[in-house]
Amino acid sequence: MDVNKNSYTFTFSAILVIVVGASLAFVAEGLKPLQKENVRLEKMQNILASVKVEATPDEAAAKFEQYIVEQVMLDNDGNVVSPEGLTAFDIDVVKEFKTLDIEKRNYPLFVFEDNGARKYIVPMAGNGLWGPIWGFVAFEGDMNTIYGSTFDHKTETPGLGAEINQPFFQDKFIGKTIFDGSEYVSVEVVKGGADVEGKSHMVDGISGGTITSKGVGEMMQRTLNVYVPYFKGNQKAAL
Amino acid sequence: MSETVEATAVVKEPKEPLFSSKNKRLLSDPLNDDNPITIQVLGICSALAITVQVKQAVVMSLSVLVVMIGANLIVSWLRNLIPSRVRIIVQLVIVAALVILVDQVLKAYLYDVSKQLSVFVGLIITNCIIMGRLEAFALANKPWPSFLDAVGNAAGYGWILIAVALVRELFGSGKLYGFQVIPDAFYDFGYFNNGLMILPPMALITVGIIIWVQRSRNTKLIEEN
Repeated sequence: MDVNKNSYTFTFSAILVIVVGASLAFVAEGLKPLQKENVRLEKMQNILASVKVEATPDEAAAKFEQYIVEQVMLDNDGNVVSPEGLTAFDIDVVKEFKTLDIEKRNYPLFVFEDNGARKYIVPMAGNGLWGPIWGFVAFEGDMNTIYGSTFDHKTETPGLGAEINQPFFQDKFIGKTIFDGSEYVSVEVVKGGADVEGKSHMVDGISGGTITSKGVGEMMQRTLNVYVPYFKGNQKAAL
Repeated sequence: MSETVEATAVVKEPKEPLFSSKNKRLLSDPLNDDNPITIQVLGICSALAITVQVKQAVVMSLSVLVVMIGANLIVSWLRNLIPSRVRIIVQLVIVAALVILVDQVLKAYLYDVSKQLSVFVGLIITNCIIMGRLEAFALANKPWPSFLDAVGNAAGYGWILIAVALVRELFGSGKLYGFQVIPDAFYDFGYFNNGLMILPPMALITVGIIIWVQRSRNTKLIEEN
């Protein structure tokens, strides 16, 4: 058989592409449920991690069910909304951040309860240096003090911006407050190495990862701003 | 190209043992005398990109090993069927399919690892070592030697990657495989992690040092002129 004939070349290429295409499609379809489940469990793990509840992928679903007692959704003006057939957990804030106009985005809020103490978990998304960053910030029952946070990224520089997903950075947010009296100020991430001792609205950024660090600050400032009416309303109700 | 293909097809060799000295050399040469990175200077790009941490380097090496074995075997099986005019595209399609396969399987069963590797898995497609071995070896050899060649070259690639990553992680962030190894006392005495180690240029310099050491120990590698 002459393998260099034109007709052979065409036939060979066609068969190869069909075989490869079909097998990839088959594998991708077959593995999709597993992959989706992984993503769902990871989201649950991340939400729980922001309130310092460790969960392995196997126990994430059960713990999520146990601790997250309420899911709230806000629109861009901070009003509570409840669209048909959509829970706060279904909202992918990273996707909405990339594709939806700001006024069309949904803002989920997860209420965590352990031994009667409530924590409020806010998911958020923003831009780092190279790509999207996202995270969950948990507030104490006073809806002002940060109880814990997790951040993650897709493509930030390893060793620099990518360090936002490390505990040493995330722990710096603990105890910071977003209200100054009754005024909303959020938490600013300042250039790495700055002196932030005793400043309750400032967090020391990562040296060498300034743009990513600033991205975290911007993301918090913009996202939490939407929750201010809701937080204030609840703070009053609590008094 | 077609000449070599025919040559191997015509010459029926007597059955040789699985680990004949020739086959052993397929495994051992790429580790030293014929190392894909330090001697052939292939796959340098990924050696720069993912040697900041040892863990990434290890997982990347394993992924390259899997893809390379798969690609070498498939191309070797098909070697007499592949039209030589489109062979590069055929190789590319095979490698790309395998890489996507690895990526999908990692995402489904080893989700943590796949997150670690995110971008880099896709980059395996463009790893010159894989294409180089397909073109230079698998197209002209039987599956078993091709398999050994794949293992040898992936290992040769892997050990350089891990060696560079060891140096960079140790001096760049004071850790090895994610664990702190430089004691806090050092930092108290004014020791600093070398930030330059984290940046790509230091990978190039580290590889350069490995090449230098290798050549000074093995004089037959030095070109004469």
